[in-house]
Amino acid sequence: MTSAALLMASCSEGVLDPHGPVGKAERVILYDATAIMLAVVIPVIVLTLVFAWWFRAKNKRAHYRPDWEYSGRIEMIIWSIPALIVLFLGGIAWTGSHDLDPPAPLADSAAPLDIEVISLDWRWLFIYPHEGIASLNRLVVPAGVPLRFRLTSTTVMNSFFVPQLGSQIYTMPNMVTRLNLKADQPGTFEGLSAQFSGDGFSDMRFDLVATEAEAFKDWVNTTKSQGGVLDSTTFEELVKPAKADGAQTYAQVSEGLFDKISLGSRAAVSPQRGR
Amino acid sequence: MFGRLTWAAIPFDQPVVMIASGIVGFVIFCVLALVTFKGWWPYLWREWITSVDHKRIGVMYIGLALLMLVRGFSDAMLMRSQLALAAGHAQGYLPPEHYDQIFSAHGTIMIFFVAMPFVIGLMNFVLPLQLGVRDVAFPVLNSVGFWLSAAGVLLVNVSLVVGEFARTGWLAYPPLSEVAYSPGVGVDYYLWSLQISGLGTLLSGINLTTTILKLRAPGMGYRQMPIFCWTALASNLLIVAAFPILTATFAMLLLDRYCGFHFFTNELGGNPMMYVNLIWCWGHPEVYILILPAFGVFSEVVATFSGKPLFGRRSMVMATMVICVLSFLVWLHHFFTMGAGADVNAFFGIMTMLIAVPTGVKVFNWLFTLYGGRIRFTTPVYWAIGFMVTFVIGGMTGVLMAIPPADFVLHNSLFLIAHFHNVIIGGVVFGVMAGITYWFPKAFGFTLNERLGKSVFWCWFVGFYLAFTPLYVLGLMGATRRMQHYSNMHWQPFMLVAMAGALLILLGIVLTGVQLAVSIRRRNLNRDVTGDPWNGRTLEWSIPSPPPAWNFAQLPPVDRADAFWAMKQQRGTAQERQDRNVKRAYETIHVPRNNPTGFFLAFFAVLLGFSLIWHIWWGAGLGLLGAIVVCLIQAWRTDGETEVSAEKVAAFERLHGVQEGAA
Repeated sequence: MTSAALLMASCSEGVLDPHGPVGKAERVILYDATAIMLAVVIPVIVLTLVFAWWFRAKNKRAHYRPDWEYSGRIEMIIWSIPALIVLFLGGIAWTGSHDLDPPAPLADSAAPLDIEVISLDWRWLFIYPHEGIASLNRLVVPAGVPLRFRLTSTTVMNSFFVPQLGSQIYTMPNMVTRLNLKADQPGTFEGLSAQFSGDGFSDMRFDLVATEAEAFKDWVNTTKSQGGVLDSTTFEELVKPAKADGAQTYAQVSEGLFDKISLGSRAAVSPQRGR
Repeated sequence: MFGRLTWAAIPFDQPVVMIASGIVGFVIFCVLALVTFKGWWPYLWREWITSVDHKRIGVMYIGLALLMLVRGFSDAMLMRSQLALAAGHAQGYLPPEHYDQIFSAHGTIMIFFVAMPFVIGLMNFVLPLQLGVRDVAFPVLNSVGFWLSAAGVLLVNVSLVVGEFARTGWLAYPPLSEVAYSPGVGVDYYLWSLQISGLGTLLSGINLTTTILKLRAPGMGYRQMPIFCWTALASNLLIVAAFPILTATFAMLLLDRYCGFHFFTNELGGNPMMYVNLIWCWGHPEVYILILPAFGVFSEVVATFSGKPLFGRRSMVMATMVICVLSFLVWLHHFFTMGAGADVNAFFGIMTMLIAVPTGVKVFNWLFTLYGGRIRFTTPVYWAIGFMVTFVIGGMTGVLMAIPPADFVLHNSLFLIAHFHNVIIGGVVFGVMAGITYWFPKAFGFTLNERLGKSVFWCWFVGFYLAFTPLYVLGLMGATRRMQHYSNMHWQPFMLVAMAGALLILLGIVLTGVQLAVSIRRRNLNRDVTGDPWNGRTLEWSIPSPPPAWNFAQLPPVDRADAFWAMKQQRGTAQERQDRNVKRAYETIHVPRNNPTGFFLAFFAVLLGFSLIWHIWWGAGLGLLGAIVVCLIQAWRTDGETEVSAEKVAAFERLHGVQEGAA
C-alpha cells in the first residue's frame, strides 16, 4: 500500500514533482538519504521478525543460549553500522546545507529578479522593487530566471513555501530572511504558509505563476498601467486581519516600504485582533 | 469581583461543546454519587488520596493518563473527521476558531497529560521495587508532584466549559501567543496549567533522581542496576535539567501577557525567536524524557520473555547516557527554516544524526537479545516487536528531516506529523502499553487478559499504519499541518484512510477498557500467587504481588544485574525460597505516614491558576496564601513515619507462604 501511495504522490504534485533547480536538488537528497537508510532499516525489520519467529519457545530446533549476553565482535559491528550511515548522511547534510542555503545565490548566468515578500494576516503581498509594482496573493514570475526573495512579516510568523519549487523560509516580524528559487518552465504552482498564524491560516494560499519572459514583461506593463497606489495609507488597510480572497495588483509602490516594515516602524500602530 | 469571568465565558451557543461537557459532567456526577452512596470516601481518602506509597501514586498517575488519553483522543477524532470532510469548497463542521483550539489541546494534552503521567507513573511504581528499597527518597514530595499534575489536568479541562483553550498550537509560539494576537484566556489556561503541572514534574524528577542515586539495595552499584533504572535515571536527569527552562520561558511569556513586558513581542527590542529557541531547548530533551523509559521497558520485556540477559548491557547503558547528553545539542533542528545560516544548520543536523548511532545500537541490542532466546509470545512481546518494526521507520524519517535541505521541503508538513506520531505512538505508547501489561500483575496480583491484550495491540498497530502512512504521503504532496480545510480534492482519499486508521485505534482504546473489565471480573482465574508470573529477572518479582506497603521485608543483597534470576538459579524453587523466608528474622519497619499536603496544595494551586487566568486578584491572593500555609504546616510536621511491627511483617510473609503452599 505504501509504495503504491508513494508512487501516486510522486507523479501528481508536491515536493516529489519539482519544477526548479532547488526542488530538484532537494528531491535527490530525499531519495539518496532514504535509499542509504533503507539499506539498514529493511534488514533490521526482516531480522527482527525472523529472529522472533525462529526463537519462539515452541521451536525445538532453535538453540537456546540462556547466558549469552556479550560478543565483542557483534558489539563492534553494531556500533559501526549506524556510525557509517551517519558519516554518509552527515556528508550529505553538510554539503546540502551549504549548496542549498536559502540566502545563497543560484548558480545561473541570468540576472536574478528581486522580489520582496510580506506576510499579512492572512494574505501575501509581493513587491517588485525594481519594477515599482506590487501584487497581492498572486506571484507572477518569469520562468528560467533566478528569483531573489527578501521576506518579512507584519505581525506574526508565517512560512513562505512553494512545494514544487523547493525550500521554504520563515517570515518573521522585524526580521528579514532571504531565499533563492527558480521555476524552470512556465506553469502555475501553489504556494502557501507552512507556519500556523491564526484563524485565517488555512486560506493563506497563493498561486505562483511562472510565465515566458515576454509575457512577464507584458504583465509588468499592464500592472503599471492599472490599479492603485500602495503607500503607507493603503498599506494600513492591508494590515487589518482579513481572509485571503482574490488577487489584486498595485501600479505603484512607495519606495522603501519593505524596509520600513521589516524595521518594525509599523508594528507599534498595528491594530489589535479582536477575539 | 470576578475579573474577566462572566456568563459569556460559557459557550451556550455551541451545542457540540455543551453536549460533550454535559455528558462529562453527568458521568462525574454519577461517579461522585456512587462513591458517596457506597460510602467509599474514607477508603479513597485513606488508601489513595493521602497515600504517599510510591506504588499507589504510580497507579494514580497511570489512571490519570488513561483518562486523559480518552480526552486527547477525542480531539484527534474531531480533527481527523474534520479533515475527512473539509475538502474542496467544503469547510467541514469545525470553524477555525474551534479547530485551532482542538489541535492545540490535542498536542498539549497528549504530551503533558498523557505521555508524561504514563511514563512518570511507570517509573514511580517500578523504580523502588527494582532498586530493592522500601520507598522513594521523598514520599510526600512524590504525592505533591502527582497532585500538582492533576491540578494542571483539571485546569485544562475546565477550559472546555469556562472560556476557551489556546488557539496557538501546542507550543504557543509568540508573537501569536502575545496579548496583541491572542487577547482571550486560552493562552492563559495553557500557560498556568502547564506551569502548575510542570512544577509537579520537576519535583517528581528531583525525587526519582535522588532515589536512584541514593537509595539502592545493599551491594547494588551502578553496574548492578537494572536497565530500566538506568533509562529512568537518564530521563529524570533530563527532567531536572530541562523543565526549569520551560518554567522560565513560560514565566517570561506570562510577564509579557500580564505585565506588559517585551521579551517576545515585536516592539522595544523583544524577539519572538528567543522563545522558539528556549522552548525547544526544553522540547527536544522532553521527547527523550518520554522515550528513554520506554526503551527501558522494552529492554526488560525482551530480556525477560527471551529468557536471556540483555545483550550488550554496557553498550545499552552507554547509549542511554550518550542520548541523554546529545539531546541538549539538537534543538535547532526544529526550525532550520528560520534561516540561521549553512554552518549552524549543518552543525545541528549532524548532531541530530549522531543520536541515531546510540539509538541504532539499542535496536541491534534488542535484536541480539532475541537471538538465542526462548521467546514466549505474551502481549508485552507483541508490543516490543511491533515497536522494533515501527520505530526504525520513524527513526529513518526523523534522520531524513535532520538533513537541513530535506527539512526545507518537509518542515511543518503532514510528513512531520506522521514522523513524530511514528516515534511517539510506535515508541512511547507501545512502550507504556508493554509496561502496563508487564507490571500489572505486580500492582494488582492478577494478570491481564492476554487475548484481549493482543487484540488491543493489533488495533493500535494496524490503526497506526492506516492513520499515518497517508499523512507521510500527504506531506510529500505539499499538505501542511494545522490546516482546517484544503482545496485539493486529491488529498481527500488519503484523509479518509487516515480517518479509518483513527477509528481502528479508537477500537483499541475501547478494547483496553473491555480488557480491564474482563480481567477484573475473572481475576481469580489469573491470580499471581508466586509474585513472579513471567519468570522475571529483577528484584520486583522476588516479592509478593501486590507488594506490601514496605515492599521488602528484608533488603535483598545484590551482586549482579539480573539479581533475582541469579537468586533463582542459586536457591532452587519458589517453595524453597519461601521456606527460607519464613525462617528469616524480621525487624520493625518504618513506613511513611499518609499525608494530605499534596491534595490541599493542588486545591490551592487550582484556585490560584483559575483566578490568575480570569484576573480575579483576590482569588489569586487566597490561593497563594493557602499554598504557602499548607507548605508551612507540612514543614512543621514531625510525625512523618509510622511503624510496622516485626510480628506484622512476619505474619504477612507467613500468610503469603501459606497461600503459595496451597497453590
